[in-house]
Amino acid sequence: MIKQVENPVLEIHDLTVSYDKKPVLWDIDLSVPKGKVIGIIGPNGAGKSTLIKAIMGLIPISSGYIKLFDEKLDAVRDHISYVPQRESVDWDFPTSVREVVLMGRYGKLGLFRRPRKADIEVAMDSLRKVGMEAHAERQISQLSGGQQQRIFLARALAQQADLYLMDEPFAGVDAATEKAIIRLLREMAIQNKTVVAVHHDLQTASKYFDWIILLNLRLVASGPTEDVFTPDLLQETYGGKLTLLSEITTLMAKEQFPHREAK
Amino acid sequence: MELLLEFLSFSDPNIRFVVLGSVLLTASSAIVGCFTFLKKKALVGDAVAHSILPGVCLGFLLAGSKNPLYLIVGAFITGWLSLVIIDAIVAKSKIKEDTAIGLILSVFFGMGILLLTMIQHSGNAAQSGLDQFLFGKAAALVGQDLIVFSIVAVTLIFFVVLFFKEFTLISFDKDLAIALGFPVRRIELVLTTLTVLAVVIGIQAVGVVLMAAILITPAAAARFWTDRVKIMVILAALFGAFSGFAGAFISYAAPAMPTGPWIVVVISIIAFTSFFFAPKKGILYRTWNQRKIKRQMVEENILKTIYSLGAISKNYFQPKTEQEILAARNFETSQLHLGLNRLKNQGYLKRSGDQWVLSPEGRDKGQHVVKLHRLWEVYLTKYLRIAPDHVHEDAETIEHVITPELEAKLEKLLEYPKLDPHESEIPYK
Repeated sequence: MIKQVENPVLEIHDLTVSYDKKPVLWDIDLSVPKGKVIGIIGPNGAGKSTLIKAIMGLIPISSGYIKLFDEKLDAVRDHISYVPQRESVDWDFPTSVREVVLMGRYGKLGLFRRPRKADIEVAMDSLRKVGMEAHAERQISQLSGGQQQRIFLARALAQQADLYLMDEPFAGVDAATEKAIIRLLREMAIQNKTVVAVHHDLQTASKYFDWIILLNLRLVASGPTEDVFTPDLLQETYGGKLTLLSEITTLMAKEQFPHREAK
Repeated sequence: MELLLEFLSFSDPNIRFVVLGSVLLTASSAIVGCFTFLKKKALVGDAVAHSILPGVCLGFLLAGSKNPLYLIVGAFITGWLSLVIIDAIVAKSKIKEDTAIGLILSVFFGMGILLLTMIQHSGNAAQSGLDQFLFGKAAALVGQDLIVFSIVAVTLIFFVVLFFKEFTLISFDKDLAIALGFPVRRIELVLTTLTVLAVVIGIQAVGVVLMAAILITPAAAARFWTDRVKIMVILAALFGAFSGFAGAFISYAAPAMPTGPWIVVVISIIAFTSFFFAPKKGILYRTWNQRKIKRQMVEENILKTIYSLGAISKNYFQPKTEQEILAARNFETSQLHLGLNRLKNQGYLKRSGDQWVLSPEGRDKGQHVVKLHRLWEVYLTKYLRIAPDHVHEDAETIEHVITPELEAKLEKLLEYPKLDPHESEIPYK
């Protein structure tokens, strides 16, 4: 069940990604519609984060291509916002909540230019949207996990993008934050923005997302939640290891085989 | 004092050179070092410092004399090369960064020593003093060096100011920087180049072995005093500058004393002072805070005990002896004694002979602690489903922690319960 759409926000064609010659995503082919909240779902080690990182150009791709708004990434960077996993940064870094959110404006500023008054206003407004304006001057190490995630979200909002790629926005947050985040994502979808979020809680998945991408080393399904979130497809994603596939990838890594013959 | 004034008058041009040179290079290294520190690459400075030696020797061999420009360019090339090789090893092999640094550091330093020994035995008279690069000799700075130093130092500061936003961004969240489309590789190249430059000039004063200290220590010390990158960089520069100045002064006051090592000693003293005395993060503050908490717990326990005794006899203002209090609750005698006296000074207790009486405020405070204790017990049994006979011990600690905001939340959540799990009444005011 892989549903392709007309005028996709994000189109992935025959994408393979390898870490040190070991393929971790095989031949992904998908497209997603505009104005939806989209979940990437799959077990641990399925390559969910890898997919997002590949889209953002953070890791090299072995084959295939990715188009965003029918363009290459570099042409549309301004319209795309990436929210890394919360643990990916050092929260002991000597900076304040406001400064972190301001980083969301750096892309618009470019090299050497300092944040202007307008940027600070956008940052404060984003903080307000996630309910953290009272903590603007706080040192970031004083924040709880939920607050850290809200800050990352505020930083993404400050980018004023049209497509948001979020890596585990619900990981390790309290119930109140989870509710606040999902409400925000819904609002964004209403404003015709697209949100793609990595998620691994099956309990909430069907409630949170309009569209679901099931992933486990390969694409199992991509389509509207009601078509994709079925016992059979979930079983295919989570059950039964692809033993032969993993043997091949291990062999490829060991012998350092290239993924494509000539490149 | 007279000595200091004489020193400060800078009447001796040599002093001028040494002081200016030392301050410039320590301050500028400290500024660059902040980002090395924030990127958690403290060891990189050490690797560069050691890898510079072969470059210095090659520069000398090419120039045939100790021309500072040749030496600096030579040092820069090998220092830079070492970082490129470390990065390449980490990227292309399974060797981890710490191993790669250790490897490159020793290989380059070994080559440096080899070249140095060759030069020393070559009979070239100009070579004398080249070994100063090992331990540095700030006191030997002359006018020509100073010009080169100043140019490099000003360049360093200029680039750090220019790239401040970018350096902060890649130190905090490199992935975001890439996602935003910043030329991260090139920005890192600039930072690497600045680090190498800082080491190259710093090494003339403190030498290969001590260089890492003036690069990283000011940043580490500054981090204790602030939670903002900007202030941290400024503080590190000040700490660096002060140590440079102090090092120069000490070696002036006692001519047998070397400048470079003294710079390192001074900056280390600053770092240790920060480590112990800095507000919030220093060890002293933490110990003191722990003590404060302990005292607060003893005081609240005393008031609670006297209040509970009063609750039994329905007379809260009946005088109690220390023995009676001890019979009701186990205190360390000395702790109890000190605590009683503190409470008297705070107005919560009155003393009559060897007996103690609660003041009205003391009774309220004791009652409040009891209330928090019982509220928490209700919460534990109701929300965490802990058996009533297991909740007391937890509540003993938590009663001292609950803030007024949490108290209000707790009351609302539990809907002002009348009784605790042991059927004791919860006293509300």
